[in-house]
Amino acid sequence: MITGVRSRAARRRSIAFGYANLVPFVFFALFPFYFMLVTSFKSNAELYSLKSIPLWIQNGVILDHYRYLFGRTEFLTWIKNSLIISVASTGISLVIAVLAGYSLARLRFRGVGSFGTAVFITYLVPPTLLFLPLSQVVVWLGIADTIWALIVTYPTFLVPFSTWLLMGYFRTIPREIEECALVDGASRMQTLTRIALPMAIPGIVCVILFGFTLTWNEFIYALTFVSQTANKTAVVGVTADLIRGDIYYWGSLMAGAVLASVPVVACYVFFLDYYVSGLTAGAVKG
Amino acid sequence: MAVGSRALAATGVQAPGRLARVREWWEQEHIFGYGLILPAFVLITCLVAYPFGMAIYFSLSDYWVGSPGSFVGLANFRDILGNEVFRQAVWNSFVFTAIALTCKAVLGVWLALLLARNLRGKRLLRGAVLLPWVIPTALSTLGWLWMFDSLYSVVNWTAIRLGLMTAPGPNWLGISSYAMLAIITVNVWRGLPFFAITVLAGLVSIPREFYEAAEVDGASSFRRFWFVTLPLLKPVLAVVILFSTIFTFNDFNIVYVLTRGGPMNTTHLFATLAYQTGLAGGNLGQGAAISLFMLPMLGMVVFFQLRYIRRE
Repeated sequence: MITGVRSRAARRRSIAFGYANLVPFVFFALFPFYFMLVTSFKSNAELYSLKSIPLWIQNGVILDHYRYLFGRTEFLTWIKNSLIISVASTGISLVIAVLAGYSLARLRFRGVGSFGTAVFITYLVPPTLLFLPLSQVVVWLGIADTIWALIVTYPTFLVPFSTWLLMGYFRTIPREIEECALVDGASRMQTLTRIALPMAIPGIVCVILFGFTLTWNEFIYALTFVSQTANKTAVVGVTADLIRGDIYYWGSLMAGAVLASVPVVACYVFFLDYYVSGLTAGAVKG
Repeated sequence: MAVGSRALAATGVQAPGRLARVREWWEQEHIFGYGLILPAFVLITCLVAYPFGMAIYFSLSDYWVGSPGSFVGLANFRDILGNEVFRQAVWNSFVFTAIALTCKAVLGVWLALLLARNLRGKRLLRGAVLLPWVIPTALSTLGWLWMFDSLYSVVNWTAIRLGLMTAPGPNWLGISSYAMLAIITVNVWRGLPFFAITVLAGLVSIPREFYEAAEVDGASSFRRFWFVTLPLLKPVLAVVILFSTIFTFNDFNIVYVLTRGGPMNTTHLFATLAYQTGLAGGNLGQGAAISLFMLPMLGMVVFFQLRYIRRE
């Protein structure tokens, strides 16, 4: 970044310096994943032998842990549950957030400012503050212990975030274009769906990606509102149900953790730039 | 509003008729505006504001799972303040937040500076560094749990082979101070990408001329950082630190998976203690009281955030 009038040798030294300092960070970031992957392919005999080297696989790659996951546990049901929950709650939140975001960013009426502030405060309220009363709310609604408990409660953190993000995108659209449409006889709803929405597509993609990631990764609500094995999400299923009693079956645990991360990692790899821009625009919960 | 009705008239829609009147009413800017925020308003009222009110009510009653209790005033708060485990959790929360946040901020700025360099494979490097933030925290923490295993810890194995530890090395999750250290490490690991990538965005937006001017003046690279970069990064850093304060302070996943608050309830944070008391123990009243203790901290951060955003 800082390139002044410097000699070639100095620049080369600076590049080497950059890489050398990045190595520890990249190692720190990636080693846990590498180790999880290695563990999931090792035989139990090798895993639990104090004489073996834990850092790589010596006695051959083994698929037993994955086979166990598919054959003997409800892993596929959990994945299915997670998919349904993520898609449904992201979809609901997207619709609500597009409407609210457009209204707050574009229209002039009394109370706009205070509602915008309310959305922002809700955005900052962490789920750990509300999970106790919400666990009772879902009981009263008669949806406790079903995937509906999560489909209904996930929008509580997705909508404020998405609204906030979309407001930014709607604000960048020139007002004149919309006014032209209105003068030409389009209704307000048509102006929203035909003019504003197409121009906010990058924001919508961002909302979908973050919605999917945040709901897929969500832990505390999924842990507290659902206790039946068949209705659990992938993250909670792997974390809670693969441990029987006090015994940790590390091979299958790591296999489950790896596989349950695949959908978000796949999204991430394909849409890296959206993640980066969403992170920096919305300053997402981290 | 006037534009709306004139536009309608211009399209030649038959003026009378109920439908047309409803449409005209709906086309008013304020009606349309309220209509669009209605779903969000209902959601926030029913599933955020109302539960929040309930949390306050719970905390003032002896409400147990399955049996609505009666009003007991501040008894719950008195009880938890006298509880050793709770006081430990308060102390833990502040120590944990302070140390983790400092590490994340310092390392995050350093990492951002490195990533901002014009290196080959920049995109790949950024992608790799951001990965811990994307993977479900509960699952990656499971990986750390295995890495800190009392018998097969790969951390200890490697450190012993490198001569950094004497065998058998620390029992990470069995001793309070080591367990706290492990929790902080995982939190830094998972939160660092957020800091680095946001600060990086701030770095990229600093005009190059500033550096050139400083370089012409003969400023060393450290002085350039201290007097040019850091002051210009202040706004970005402020936002990131405020955000991160909330979500570090309220962390649940890492402690729950790594230690469950153990050994002997010494590593609890507010959220995990509230969970253990309110749901695992069934004492919703006390659990709610514990989680409400997070509120002053949250309020403070919200206050600063709002003030900051208004100023922008």
